[in-house]
Amino acid sequence: MTQRTQSLTNWTVRGLTALSGLCVVVFTIAFAILLGYAAWPAFSSFGLHFLTNEAWNPVTDTFGALSSIYGTIISAAIALVLSFPVSIGIGFCLSEIMPRRLVLPIRSLIELLAGIPSLVYGLWGMYVLAPCFQTTLQPFLIKHLGHFAFIGQIFSGPPYGVGLLTAGIVLAIMILPFLTAIVVDLFQSVPRLMKESAYALGMTPWEVTRSISLPYIKQEIFSGAFLALGRALGETMAVTFVVGNAHRISTSLLAPATTISASIANEFNEATSDMHTSSLIALGFILLVSTFLALVISKCMAARAVKGRPA
Amino acid sequence: MHGCARSQRQARVNKNLLRIRKAKNAIATAIALTSVGLGVAILMVILYEIVTQGIAYITADTLTKTTPPPGGTGGLANSIVGSLIMVVMAMLIAIPTGVMGGVYLSEYQRRTRWGSVIRFCNDTLLSTPSICVGIFAYEMMVKPMHGFSGYAGAVALAMIAVPVILRTSESFLILVPDSLREAAAALGATKEQITLSIGFRAARSGILTGLLIALSRIMGETAPLLFTALNNQFWSLNLSHPMANLPSTIYQLAMSPYEEWHKLAWAGALLITSFVLGINLLSRYMNSYSQRAEK
Repeated sequence: MTQRTQSLTNWTVRGLTALSGLCVVVFTIAFAILLGYAAWPAFSSFGLHFLTNEAWNPVTDTFGALSSIYGTIISAAIALVLSFPVSIGIGFCLSEIMPRRLVLPIRSLIELLAGIPSLVYGLWGMYVLAPCFQTTLQPFLIKHLGHFAFIGQIFSGPPYGVGLLTAGIVLAIMILPFLTAIVVDLFQSVPRLMKESAYALGMTPWEVTRSISLPYIKQEIFSGAFLALGRALGETMAVTFVVGNAHRISTSLLAPATTISASIANEFNEATSDMHTSSLIALGFILLVSTFLALVISKCMAARAVKGRPA
Repeated sequence: MHGCARSQRQARVNKNLLRIRKAKNAIATAIALTSVGLGVAILMVILYEIVTQGIAYITADTLTKTTPPPGGTGGLANSIVGSLIMVVMAMLIAIPTGVMGGVYLSEYQRRTRWGSVIRFCNDTLLSTPSICVGIFAYEMMVKPMHGFSGYAGAVALAMIAVPVILRTSESFLILVPDSLREAAAALGATKEQITLSIGFRAARSGILTGLLIALSRIMGETAPLLFTALNNQFWSLNLSHPMANLPSTIYQLAMSPYEEWHKLAWAGALLITSFVLGINLLSRYMNSYSQRAEK
């Protein structure tokens, strides 16, 4: 190869790879701009009222995002509250209790299940979990908790099967493998020397976890939780099947509701007026911003954790 | 005498303390074991349900006939083919973009500000909800081209695959020891020769794993296809028209009131799940194989 062809290929490689890098940045920015642009008619005609209005009425062409935002936040919160403790429990168990021979298969199994498409979780939720809840869990909750003063409000009304609670539980099952994979990795990142020193002082496995491992990885665990939160906020198919798709806010978790992603998935192709489409895209824009915020918070926490760690 | 009583009391207190600590440990262990059992059990139940519900309906008809008309019978053949075409097209776009982006970050922009900008944008794309990707592809391709198309679906899928590929490629290229690169440079290799014949070769299996992960990820994606490829009841290999695809078909079948269609939806779910889990297992096997080879 002559000098010239060599420097030519050199520059081609460099140029092409640089172009790919540029592509990623351009697409990310174009993403936000295009969504914002398409959402603008809704934002400009409804203003801030869009965020506080509960009504979503395609007939009169008035749209408000509040019921979707409410459903999104509540279902994601239920998901995180349920799956976070379980993932910590699994992390503790795999790092301190289980014999090493069992750890790898369980870990692989959980990571494998993180790959099941959300559509499948949704299908399972609609055909198996929702009917089961309708006859067992929900009547139980209504009967035993329904007559209390405040909690009763949350568990009142007829058992539909589908609804916010079911959506939250399906979401929890879906993000469990994702969150667990992160938490288990973090538990494994705790230096052996620190743990063994603690054991040598006579600590029990739980004490080692509580006072050595957990403080060591605390910030990163919260960072992982925010990543999982971002996942749960944006999840579409698993929720669409089981949330019930009703644009209203009710105090009961058992009532049908909707989330941002479920509204978009259900109505986008059927939207007749331009304002309807634009309002749906505005919902998408809000979702994009909130998952972005979750990512940024997660990254900040991870960065702080690395900085504050003794070398 | 006095000192002896005190030490006895002390011993009793210590013993109690030890008992409490052990009890706490036992409770925590029990809770942890329960959570492992719970997690594994739920996920196994789902897997079991998919297999048992789906397996009865994976018949010759399912694999050879097209989407059923309302109330009728049919199969998933056109959806499977449509999905495969779009996934392959998406990978054809995503593999060069993602791998080259990874090379750029690891070889040219490792600790630069521009590099961290790209990395941040890539992470943003990675965490973007797939339904938003669908809207973006709709605004970018479906609207200007005045119609749903297989191309738009493929682009939407590619946008989900690129960040995954880019990230894994970069992380595996960075793992290649710099001493290898320096040795090649000392022999007079150019930067691009080092990249192509040292970096690539050493990180080959890792990059391949990343490709498989991306493939399994886009295989089951539904949300980005809903408003881009839409769906198609008939045989169509024309990428500029709406295109049948497995996830959208499953969604439609499952939401329908027909019992017969629900069964087909379960069969489709089993197909997708086994595709995805199969690819995941393959990537795992390859990863462990290459690690063993290195040792």
